[in-house]
Amino acid sequence: MTETQRVGKGVMKISWGFIWRVLLKTFVLFAAINIVYALLNPLPVIGRLSLYNVLFPGRLRLPYGDDPDRSFNITLSHLDAMFAAHEIQSADQSEEEFRVLVIGDSSVWGFLLDPTQTLAAQINQSEMQTDDGRTVRAYNLGYPTMSVTKDLLILERGLINHPDLIIWLVTLESFPKVSQLDSPFLQLNPDLTRELITRHALDLDTEDERFEDPTFWNRTIVGQRRELAQLFKLQMLGVLWSGSGVDHEIPETYNERLEDLPADLDFHNFMPGKLSTNELAFDVLEAGVQAAGDIPVVIINEPVFISKGENSDIRYNFYYPRWAYDFYREELRFQAAGRGWDYVDMWEALPDTEFTDSAIHYTPLGSRILAQNIIELIQEFIQEP
Amino acid sequence: MTLIHILIFSLFVSALVLTASQKWRRWSLFIISLVSVYWLQPAVSLRQFSFWFPTASIGLTVIAWLITRHRERGLSREDLAALLFTALFPLLISLSRFLPEGWQITASRPPSIYLVVIVGSILVILGFAGEWLTKWSRLLSVLLGVVVIGVFIVLKIETLSVWASSLLRGVTGQSRNLAASTDLYWLGFSYIALRLLHVLRDYQSGRLPAVSFLDFFTFVLFFPAITAGPIDRVEKFASKMQNTVAPSASEYFAGTKRIVLGVFQKFVLADGLAIIALNSTNATLTRSIPWLWVLVFSFSLRLYFDFSGYTDVAIGIGQISGIQLPENFDRPYLKTNIGTFWNSWHMTLANWFRAYVFNPLTRALRKGRLRSNPALIILIGQLVTMTLIGLWHGVTWNFALWGIWHAVGLFIHNRWAVFLNARRDRIPPAFQTSKAMRAASLILTFNFVALGWVWFALPSVQMSWETLIRMFGGYR
Repeated sequence: MTETQRVGKGVMKISWGFIWRVLLKTFVLFAAINIVYALLNPLPVIGRLSLYNVLFPGRLRLPYGDDPDRSFNITLSHLDAMFAAHEIQSADQSEEEFRVLVIGDSSVWGFLLDPTQTLAAQINQSEMQTDDGRTVRAYNLGYPTMSVTKDLLILERGLINHPDLIIWLVTLESFPKVSQLDSPFLQLNPDLTRELITRHALDLDTEDERFEDPTFWNRTIVGQRRELAQLFKLQMLGVLWSGSGVDHEIPETYNERLEDLPADLDFHNFMPGKLSTNELAFDVLEAGVQAAGDIPVVIINEPVFISKGENSDIRYNFYYPRWAYDFYREELRFQAAGRGWDYVDMWEALPDTEFTDSAIHYTPLGSRILAQNIIELIQEFIQEP
Repeated sequence: MTLIHILIFSLFVSALVLTASQKWRRWSLFIISLVSVYWLQPAVSLRQFSFWFPTASIGLTVIAWLITRHRERGLSREDLAALLFTALFPLLISLSRFLPEGWQITASRPPSIYLVVIVGSILVILGFAGEWLTKWSRLLSVLLGVVVIGVFIVLKIETLSVWASSLLRGVTGQSRNLAASTDLYWLGFSYIALRLLHVLRDYQSGRLPAVSFLDFFTFVLFFPAITAGPIDRVEKFASKMQNTVAPSASEYFAGTKRIVLGVFQKFVLADGLAIIALNSTNATLTRSIPWLWVLVFSFSLRLYFDFSGYTDVAIGIGQISGIQLPENFDRPYLKTNIGTFWNSWHMTLANWFRAYVFNPLTRALRKGRLRSNPALIILIGQLVTMTLIGLWHGVTWNFALWGIWHAVGLFIHNRWAVFLNARRDRIPPAFQTSKAMRAASLILTFNFVALGWVWFALPSVQMSWETLIRMFGGYR
């Protein structure tokens, strides 16, 4: 008897032929499972399976985070999985809630803000009630990339949750058509984005080379190992989210938004006088309003930091030369009036002290001030005529 | 070891099984171990130390053998060939600096061959000097032991590591201001040190058998066991090397199964649990008591699957190469008292400390003034042994407290067992062996061990203490 057999760790009397057959069968089975998986493409279904809203409370904002170890959050591209982890998935479907979706970029998501300090959270803290006794409940559906097409994708997905009102915060940086598909979120969802472009006849290229179309190999288990690992990690992070309420790392110090600006008139390679309405994706806003149907959509031009430093005579901030932003504001007002949108321009709603690391990220106080403005808007919709 | 390392080792060893004779199998294991010392060493910030650390491991091993070898046995042709090969191998690695970037097996480009020749020559002179100083070999063995322990202490105490890193940065011409303890990441040194100390101690006590250089070297730096053990004994390992036979199909299958199981434990279970295992960030931010317990339990399981998984891979690779490494874990979290836990958790480490610390210490105490107080002897023995086991992981207050936690647990269990034994006839046998009693003991033991991990997982005593208090509802 050999030592191996004495250890007794499952040693059986087997032959080399048996081992070769096991190896062959393992290989065949592994290949077959991968092929079947690729043909069935179960990732969308897997993404909808979630422990959030069952074992863990739903997240107050969509999953996003670069450092899961510190932020207890993760960036992923699976839209259904992102919604499945969000508190909106367990939203009360009864008539007792007046559901408000708040959509936009990182300013809505609440970069450098605690999840309880975001616009949606601050709106909820006002405990508004409609005249018919329903509680106003705002849901943070912001996502930290700047593209109104990305907003439209999220808005349409949010419609499944039967909102009563949609608040859509936008800024010029989200409008240039050339950068609409820069967002990795859209590039990694080529089918959804193409379908969106086609259905709404948006002025964007469905054959854009930035789309990352999965090959057959990418659809196998091996090819999708990263996506599957991300979904698994999102579920595991639910433990840390539940225990801490933390979903974003807020550093003690950060580089503040630029006060002194470069003497640069360029905006996305457009020079003064060269930016036209056709270069901005206003058609995407129209598509959003149309998709919402009877549900009112309020479009808000979000506050931006207005610098008083060097070169502030030609630029408002790091993002915007004055000429471009002035043109955009005028065009947005004109488009809204022409198309009958509910539109409010709040670009100057916050003092310059209430911005953090960027011209569109707010301090907790800034978020509260802006939320107060939005609350006043909402009240117009919840009061009986 | 990464998945790539494991896969390549498994394939190499499988090829070995199918092709090599007994003699060449020994040589192959020796050569793979030699190559692996360099290949497994991760990149470090200290310039060229991904070459020098492995070279130092090899140097220490060679010196230890030269000091402790049985001189009456003489140097065999095999010893000479293996020594020559070992001496030339760093030169070969150094020559790889002329290969295109990325072709080297070291994590960074090796140093100039002249430097390697100079350092190698010094080592050879030291080796010959050791040979001439035969009558001083016992003293040399003590000196080498001091050097090994000294290096170990420097590596394990952060202040000393930073100081040593700063010193070495001066030698390599790097900025001293960037010195960090992580610069001194010397792969496997904790295990190499224990193997060398075991050999030196056995040599000093006259228990060390004659071992060929090839077997000795492979014992100290055996490639599956260099990163995370297990820690074998030299006489057992050498015997396995001498009697190594090609594994049967059954043994090969069992070994492969062990590797797959280990990979699953390490890369699926442990890495999955790592996301929610207790650490300084989540310990500070978690407000909910139940979830805090979940983090602690996750850490407990993660550590077990990680370590046990690595051990399974090491034992599996050993098994398919014809070398049966000792078991290191035996379902430790299913044990019903802390004593049996320590007989089933990192067993080879516990055995090492039992053999070289606990037993000699308690033997010495029994001969002294404390001989009339066996309980105190056990307490001192356990406190010293477990504290040293704690400090082996890193010289910090937290590791020391983790060791003391277990020492106190072992002592209380020891006294409880003595108390129960004296009254065993008064306790109904059905109660002693009941499932409820067993379940309660298991839960108690597991929770005691899990709470102990709080000291182990967190970086400061205050944070650990606060976490423990919060787990029981304090510090809200």
